[in-house]
Amino acid sequence: MQRYVNIAYATLVYAFLYFPIVILIVFSFNDSTYSLAWHGFTWRWYEKLADNDVLIEVALNSVTIGVLAASLATVLGTLGAVALYHYDFLGKRLVNGLVFVLIMSPEIVMGLSLLTLFVTVQKVAALISESLDASLGFISVLLSHVTFCTPFVIVTVLSRINGFDRHLIEAAKDLGASEFYTFRKVILPLLMPAVVAGWLLSFTLSMDDVIITQFVSGPDYELLPLRIYSMVKRGITPEVNALSAIMFVATLVIVAIAQALLKENKQ
Amino acid sequence: MTRSRSNPFRRVATGSIFWWLFIFALIPNAMVVMVSFMPRGETEFVELGLTLESYGKLLDPLYLQVFWESFWLATLTTLLCLVIGYPFAYIIGRAPRHLRPLLVLLVIIPFWTSSLVRTYAMMILLGTQGVINTALIALGLITEPLELLFTPGAVVAGLVYTLLPFMVLPLYASIEKLDVRLIEAARDLGARKLTTFRKVIIPLTMPGIVAGCMLVFLPGLGMYYVSDILGGAKTTLIGNLIQRQFLSARDWPFGSALSVTLTLTMALMLWAYVVAARRAAQKVEA
Repeated sequence: MQRYVNIAYATLVYAFLYFPIVILIVFSFNDSTYSLAWHGFTWRWYEKLADNDVLIEVALNSVTIGVLAASLATVLGTLGAVALYHYDFLGKRLVNGLVFVLIMSPEIVMGLSLLTLFVTVQKVAALISESLDASLGFISVLLSHVTFCTPFVIVTVLSRINGFDRHLIEAAKDLGASEFYTFRKVILPLLMPAVVAGWLLSFTLSMDDVIITQFVSGPDYELLPLRIYSMVKRGITPEVNALSAIMFVATLVIVAIAQALLKENKQ
Repeated sequence: MTRSRSNPFRRVATGSIFWWLFIFALIPNAMVVMVSFMPRGETEFVELGLTLESYGKLLDPLYLQVFWESFWLATLTTLLCLVIGYPFAYIIGRAPRHLRPLLVLLVIIPFWTSSLVRTYAMMILLGTQGVINTALIALGLITEPLELLFTPGAVVAGLVYTLLPFMVLPLYASIEKLDVRLIEAARDLGARKLTTFRKVIIPLTMPGIVAGCMLVFLPGLGMYYVSDILGGAKTTLIGNLIQRQFLSARDWPFGSALSVTLTLTMALMLWAYVVAARRAAQKVEA
């Protein structure tokens, strides 16, 4: 009896998690603009998306930022995790503290603090020379995304470092390997699954971010979530349904890749 | 375990992370604290000077109301996530071992899906011509559509929906680690189900409960786009208020003061938790 109650309850929660998304995908194929009644199957909304040049440009911006930010954050975060685990250095406590603060602080707090930084830089640059242009856009968005992704890479990689055998590194050093050689040939291969997981996590965090991007992007540079945000605020449209459906399928693909990589690692 | 301090690899590894966080985390936050004490400028965002004006504004009943409402909605969201999430995490954490990865994966997929997309999905469900209203009318349970969207209830529903995986995943992690023998021991000693749950299971899964609550409560205060989309103009959270100061009202000092207050309140809560946890640990030892 208890078992059936459990299964029923779990099914109910899964239904709660998936029902809205399923509805959204189903109605992206509905041949009607306003009504929620079923008016027949259509690819119309997907075709309309494919013709929307602005949307495609914005989506490409998002992918560019996502790939660059995830890659930079992965390099920075992996080096950072190795540094935090293996070395004692001045400011180590500060770095640990800041990683914690960045993970815990709400996105909005990070967004406005980065905006304050970038605007100040902009003002200072204008004072130095009028030709110096440091207005908000690609660079400020990229730097911000790297900043909010890096702590997650550090945490992911650190949890793996804690799990592996320290003797391997000692052995490499005893055999005369330099620190960099040890990192490249021993530490990095061992960390690889966490590094890849960190990259994927960063990429999705970057693709998903609305709040920080809205603060630091300026008027001329837009990413996909911001565009969706302004579309959604105007109301429900089948086009947004289609776009959301594509993004959901993309998420499924990324999760599948991540799972496959993790499985490979276990074997 | 290191030998030479001047090793180039070591310098790059420690230097890059230190300076990045110094420039993009420490300095910006210090600047926000500074701005919160500066007067609002006429032409520029701020003027040089020192004032408590922005913090004075916080005492305005209008803004106190926003703080209160925001904390209340975030608390309600957290409690609902815990009540829904705990039994759920317990069931999947105790499911047959070979099924667990799949069950967790099914929680991770929404967790990785854009929260904006999921908020939008909620909008489709709750609208006047939304799925719920259409279904209820079709079933003859109501004649006029219920006003579900653009209410505080819609905001809570949206927050619970987007944040539930953040509660379930840490809970699952701590429940899965639970030693079954401890539960069996309690039962063998004659403890009733409820007593076992209260005295054994809850204390053992406390780290998961706390982590989950933090991961739900903190974003719950700041996710202004959820209240913006689902709450309409009626529901203003701290997040909406802060965002408005920076992106439309152009009152940076007040926005900064709000942000500093929010951060301090959260820090205070974390500290209270750490103190409480330490007390509890001492109690166990004694």
